[in-house]
Amino acid sequence: MRGRTPWVVVPLAAVGVAYVALPFAALLQRAPWTSLLDEVRRPVVTDALQLSVTTALAATAFSLVIGIPLAWVLARTSIPGRSSVRALVTLPMVLPPVVGGAALLFAFGRRGLLGGPVYDTTGLLLPFSAWGVVAANTFVAMPFLVLTVESGLRAADTRYEDAAATLGASRWTIFRRVTVPNAAPSIITGALLCWARALGEFGATVTFAGNLQGRTQTMPLAVFLALESDRDAAIALSLVLIAVSLAVLVPLRDRWLAG
Amino acid sequence: MLHAVLGVHLGDLHLDIDLRIDDGEVVALLGPNGAGKTTALRAIAGLHPLDHGRITLDDTVVDDPGTGTFVPTAERSMGMVFQDHLLFPRQSALDNVAFGLRARGASKAAARHAARAWLDRFDLTDHAGALPRTLSGGQSQRVALARALATEPRLLLLDEPLAALDASTRLRVRTELRRHLATFAGARLLVTHDPLDAIVLADRLVILEAGRVTQTGTPALVTSRPASRYVAELVGINLLGGVADGERGVLLESGTVLTVADPLPGQEVSVAIRPRAIALHRHQPDGSPRNAWRATVADLEADRDRVRVTLAGPVPVTAELTPAAVAELDLAHGTPVWASVKAVDLTTYER
Amino acid sequence: MKLHARARALAAAWALAAVLTACGSDADGDGERAAAGTDEVTTASTAQGGTRAAAPDAAIEGTVTVFAAASLTDAFEEVAAAFEAGNREVTVELSFASSSTLREQILAGAPADVFASANQSNVEELVEAGAATGAADFVENELQIVVPAGNPGAVKGLADLADDDLLVGLCAQEVPCGQLGREALAKAGVTPSIDTDEPDVRSLLTKVGAGELDVGLVYRTDVLAAGEAVEGIDLAPDQEVTTTYPITTLTDGGNPEAGAAFVAFVLSARGQEILASYGFDPP
Repeated sequence: MRGRTPWVVVPLAAVGVAYVALPFAALLQRAPWTSLLDEVRRPVVTDALQLSVTTALAATAFSLVIGIPLAWVLARTSIPGRSSVRALVTLPMVLPPVVGGAALLFAFGRRGLLGGPVYDTTGLLLPFSAWGVVAANTFVAMPFLVLTVESGLRAADTRYEDAAATLGASRWTIFRRVTVPNAAPSIITGALLCWARALGEFGATVTFAGNLQGRTQTMPLAVFLALESDRDAAIALSLVLIAVSLAVLVPLRDRWLAG
Repeated sequence: MLHAVLGVHLGDLHLDIDLRIDDGEVVALLGPNGAGKTTALRAIAGLHPLDHGRITLDDTVVDDPGTGTFVPTAERSMGMVFQDHLLFPRQSALDNVAFGLRARGASKAAARHAARAWLDRFDLTDHAGALPRTLSGGQSQRVALARALATEPRLLLLDEPLAALDASTRLRVRTELRRHLATFAGARLLVTHDPLDAIVLADRLVILEAGRVTQTGTPALVTSRPASRYVAELVGINLLGGVADGERGVLLESGTVLTVADPLPGQEVSVAIRPRAIALHRHQPDGSPRNAWRATVADLEADRDRVRVTLAGPVPVTAELTPAAVAELDLAHGTPVWASVKAVDLTTYER
Repeated sequence: MKLHARARALAAAWALAAVLTACGSDADGDGERAAAGTDEVTTASTAQGGTRAAAPDAAIEGTVTVFAAASLTDAFEEVAAAFEAGNREVTVELSFASSSTLREQILAGAPADVFASANQSNVEELVEAGAATGAADFVENELQIVVPAGNPGAVKGLADLADDDLLVGLCAQEVPCGQLGREALAKAGVTPSIDTDEPDVRSLLTKVGAGELDVGLVYRTDVLAAGEAVEGIDLAPDQEVTTTYPITTLTDGGNPEAGAAFVAFVLSARGQEILASYGFDPP
């Protein structure tokens, strides 16, 4: 393919790389290298990092459990109003996250549409807890998984499912042992996008789950508050967040998207 | 035993056929693209519901829109070999073969044990752990067949089982497939557009054109007495239509009368002429050939060691000559010739 | 046909998004002005400017550009309108943002005549840099306990913030209202049982207004601006904490006479009257 490179693409691609790279370079340039180690060892950082990683993982897990079936329905069925359902499911991508967080509050909060009755009968409360962070993350990040898996399912050859049916497989067995494995690359890509989005989630989290160190304060929240008072700390926190994301995303992307 | 009365409307296709296959019989559904072969197979498999008709497998009705009966694919006792074989790409050959047994409730160990026996039977012992993409076309075809047979179905369906193979392996795999098909006792239905596959593999051919059966019979019958231009062209035989003119004369559309050796079977007849039975001459032949006519060479086409010569004139046929004969006659496009065929080389049958 | 279907789907998505966004911002609307509290500082200044005596009688004209802390938005719009009514030749251009953002803009050469800050240190920095000539405190804002309308948690005073059964929100200690809140709690000797440290006044008010929190600590002006969704409870006199807002003219302004006149108007009885109607106290 070397000889076929359309040369105009190269400088444009270079601009693309530079546009993304420059802000990160600037961040590195401003980084308080001498005190970095002390900064990242502070409990506020370790608490936030641990919470961010686990809640993003939990949100990804929830998104997989409900997002894959949702993607399947969108890709494979012709239920009435399917395009409206798709539009609805992708709304959290275009919605300002703060609005999403407020909407979650009105739905699942103590006075919420669903949260109200649940709280009144069981005393269970989603906001101001780590589960609230997971709920906000799932709301905002799941569309990335759903859209990716849906397009993967659309591209998949459905005749494999016919083949499985002729072998006596039930619909559930077909879904589990043929459909999902055949869509594995898109599921993995979707899960990575979902996790990455959840890791960086700020607006919906702070609006729905609040902000308390060790309970609901994720990395982005910690970074935001640090920016108010201590820029060095904010940059140090950001670097930790970037390092963690790269450590996860680079090897996985190479492994799953190379072939 | 399968009895399928199929009525399916799908876009421009109106499938309307009555198909019966006895246990032990191999039937090939042969037809051009778009004739409805695959749709027929999918309807039998339950992958496409009938609009009308009825499918009976042994004594069980599996699809009858009239009574609202529909047995889902997974619950019909049949195996299917797909075009491109469709082996599950992330499962080993062994797991592919074990899939149907697992799906029908066998334990993993039991399914694998049985699958291994099937692989042994199909000379695939060494490929049990192989992923489909590492298998050759022939191996993949055998895995697909083993997978379809592992659940011991009463009916085996094969959709263009050889289409995915290249020409060099096709011959060998076709022979293998014939051998393996012979080991299966149930009814077998094979869909193909390749007449050679159909003739080699099937006991009986069913010719499907535009959703309807145009001819059915043994390969020998169909190839010697094609009922339609499609089959005639497929098997390389000249087919002419005409009406009886006296006891041994066939009046063609062009007004020419061909003389045949045996008494005619009816009023409306088909006349089949093998291309090799037609002789070409520069001058009007005399002697034994009872039929001779003037023609013009319309086309010349090399076909392996023979040359196919298409003739224009009162009897539109193709003759097959050796290259030496073509040279000797100095044939070229537009060359005027005399064509002749012996009465005994004309096969006539009722249209 | 495919394209059509897709275009319709997209249109539907946008329509829905628009509706939800509108709902959302409506819901958050209460917090618009409240966001301002963020920039206020705790250290009250006693600096007195020398402009208090100036009267708007000199012939002034042209445009006067006023940079003001976001918490002053509603109040300053009315102040500016009143100022324009008394000085027909003058147009006031208002620009609202957080005090620190405005400070940076002024240092970067933005052509402003007047700066009204919610924060002493921002003005001090400008004076040090020679960009401002001196400042006068023009209002005071005090902290109030905020509860949802009807006070479902039956909150009476700061001591209730220690109640584990109540959902308690404060501003984060990184932002001024959080520092001020902690100051008040320390004064009262209360260790709060905090459920969330909100990053700004606006999000704290949203949650209290929605009834998701039982109690919070914000500025009195924010409580007033939030309308009927919330109620304010004054702190006990011995627990009171306040912050003062300074105003100053700027050296690089294009219309110093009009700038000085605007500052004088803000400090005048009429200006103070308007500010008081928005819940600000005189300094």
